[in-house]
Amino acid sequence: MSQRTSTNLRFLDAGDAAFTVEFGVTIDPALLAAVHALDAAIARLQAKGGLPGLIETMPTFRSLTVFFDPLLTGREALIDALQALLAEAGHGEAADGLHWRLPVCYEGACGPDLGETARAIGVTEADVVTLHSATEYLVYMLGFLPGFPFMGDLPEVLRLPRRAEPRVRVPAGSVAIATGLTAIYPWESPGGWHLLGRCPVPLFDPRRASPSLLAAGDRVRFEPVSMVEFQRLERTLRAGEIDPLQWLDSAPASVAAGQAR
Amino acid sequence: MSTLSAIEILAPGAYASLQDGGRRGYRRIGVPWAGVLDPRLMRIANALVGNADSDPVIECFDGGLQVAARGAPLRVAVAGDAVIELEREGDRRALAAWRSVTLADGEILRIRRISGGRIAMLAVAGLAVPAVMGSASTYARAALGGLDGCALTKGARLAVKVANDGPERVLPHPPLADGGPIRVVPGPQADHFSAATMEAFLTGEYRVTTEADRMGVRLGGPVLDHLGAREIVSDATVPGSIQVPGKGQPIVLLADAQTAGGYPKIATVISADIPRLAACRPGQAVRFAVVSGTDGERLARMAETATRDLLASIRPLVADGVDVAALYSANLVSGVVLALTSDAGTHVTPADPDGRPNRQESPT
Repeated sequence: MSQRTSTNLRFLDAGDAAFTVEFGVTIDPALLAAVHALDAAIARLQAKGGLPGLIETMPTFRSLTVFFDPLLTGREALIDALQALLAEAGHGEAADGLHWRLPVCYEGACGPDLGETARAIGVTEADVVTLHSATEYLVYMLGFLPGFPFMGDLPEVLRLPRRAEPRVRVPAGSVAIATGLTAIYPWESPGGWHLLGRCPVPLFDPRRASPSLLAAGDRVRFEPVSMVEFQRLERTLRAGEIDPLQWLDSAPASVAAGQAR
Repeated sequence: MSTLSAIEILAPGAYASLQDGGRRGYRRIGVPWAGVLDPRLMRIANALVGNADSDPVIECFDGGLQVAARGAPLRVAVAGDAVIELEREGDRRALAAWRSVTLADGEILRIRRISGGRIAMLAVAGLAVPAVMGSASTYARAALGGLDGCALTKGARLAVKVANDGPERVLPHPPLADGGPIRVVPGPQADHFSAATMEAFLTGEYRVTTEADRMGVRLGGPVLDHLGAREIVSDATVPGSIQVPGKGQPIVLLADAQTAGGYPKIATVISADIPRLAACRPGQAVRFAVVSGTDGERLARMAETATRDLLASIRPLVADGVDVAALYSANLVSGVVLALTSDAGTHVTPADPDGRPNRQESPT
C-alpha cells in the first residue's frame, strides 16, 4: 500500500499561494492515512518553529493542500521541506481520532427519503435504518460547509447516486447518503443527497475552542432514537443543558485528557 | 468624547458587509477565509483613517451604501473609484474618494456609485468589531463575524471606540485601473483538459454573468470539455480556483467559496489578480493569460511593493483644503484636485425627488 501511495505522489500547482500534494485519486482509508501522516509531520515541524510562511493545510480524502504566503516563502522551498518529511514519515501512522455515537431520528419528517431509498434498493425502511446505523464510519474530511463531515464507507447495498433534483433547502441536522458516503448537514443549505434522518447534536459552534465537533480521522456510529427523544434532545441541547461531548464513545488517552473539541 | 459614538447604516446598497484580512486556520473544518475581496483597498482605507492595516472595514458592492455618524465626530475614508456625497447641514457636496473626512454627529456619507469596478471599502477610525474565530470578517453561511454573522442592513449600528484626530489624510495618486488579462497558473487539474481546450480557455473571451458575488464569479464563454470524468473525488479549493462543472462554463472561486469541491479545476487566478476579477461587473469581458507558479510568487511580491509604495505616499491634507504644492506638482490630475478641494469645493445643489443631485462632481 505504501508503495502505491508513494509512486502516485504528485505536487500540483494551485496558484501562487498554494499547492496540493496528491497521494491518489480515489476514496481509500490508506490514502487518508498517508495524507494525515504528512499533515501531522507538518504540524510537528511548525510547532518547532519550522516552515515559516506556511499558513495552513487542508487535508482531504486523498490530498493535502498547503497554503502559504508568497511574501515569506515559496513553492520550491516548501516542496523541498515536504519531500524530507515524506521520506521520514511512515505511512499509516496517523493518530487515531475520537469515537462518537450520535443519536439519529429516522422517523417521519426526519427522514423524508427513507421510503424512496428502501424502494430503490428493494428492502424495508427498517432494513435501511439497520444497515445505516450498524456500520461504523470514518470521517474522511470536513468541507463543503463548515463542520460538514464526509463519512464512509456505506454498506454496498446503500450506495445510490445523488438525487436527480437537488433540494433547494435541506434542514440543518439532516443525515444523508450518496454514492459511498454519509454525512450530516450542519447548516440549512441546498443539497442533492438522500435524507434518511436527523441528528439533534450541533456539529459546529464557533464558541468552542475547536468549533467543529468532528475532525477528519474520527469514527462515527449512529444510534436510532424516537421522535420524542429527538425532540427532547433538541430542546435540551438548545438550552445548553447537555454537553455534546457526552456522545463521545471512547477516545485514545492522548486526546481524552481535556482536549475538548 | 467619542466612547459612545457609532456609525449607522442608513442603506447597505447592493451588498455591504464587515470584512478584515480574513479568518485563517479553519479550512480543514470547512471554514473559508472570507475577508476583503481586495486587500489593497482595505489597507489604503485603513491607513487614511489611521487604523491598523487589517482592521475591519465595510466592503460594499456597486454603490448605494449610506452611513451616518452618531455621537460623532467620526473619521471615515473610502478607497475605491467611488462617487461620494457628503450631507452636511442640509447641504450635499461631492467628496473625493481616497481621502479621509471627519463626519460630525448626524452627517451622512453616501457612495452614490462606483465608477471603476464594483467594490469599495469604507474605513472608520476606531471601528470596533468583535473577532469570531480570530477574525471580524462576515461569513454569512455559518453566521460568523460581522454584526451577528450577517451582511449589513438598514439601521445597523457599529460601535466606534476611538476617534482619530490630527489632519485629514489623502492618497495623492490613486492606483490606476489595470485592464490587462487575468493571470492564471494552470492546474491543479489541468490534465483533465486537452491542450486544445486549454488553448480555448486562454485565447477565448469570457463574460462575467450575473452570478457574481463574494463566493465566486460564474463566467460565460467558450465551452471547456473534460477529457474524462466530469467530477473528481473532492479535493481542496483555494481562493482563485477556476472550477469547470459539467456544462463546461468556468466558475472562479473567491473569499467565501466552499473549501472543497468535486469539479476539476483547470487553473488558479494568482492572488495579485483576484481583486481585479472580483471587481468585474456582470457583462464585462475577461481574458486570461498563463504564468508559472514561480512567476505568480514574483508578481505577488511586486504587487506588495506597489501597495507599500501607495501606503507610504499617503500624507496629511494640509489645512483641509488647498495644498498648493501638491496641486501644481500633480499637474492638475483630476483625482488630486478633487481630493484637495472637495471639502471647500464642488457644490451639489439640492437633489431632485429621486435623490439624484442635479450636477455630478466634476474636476473643474
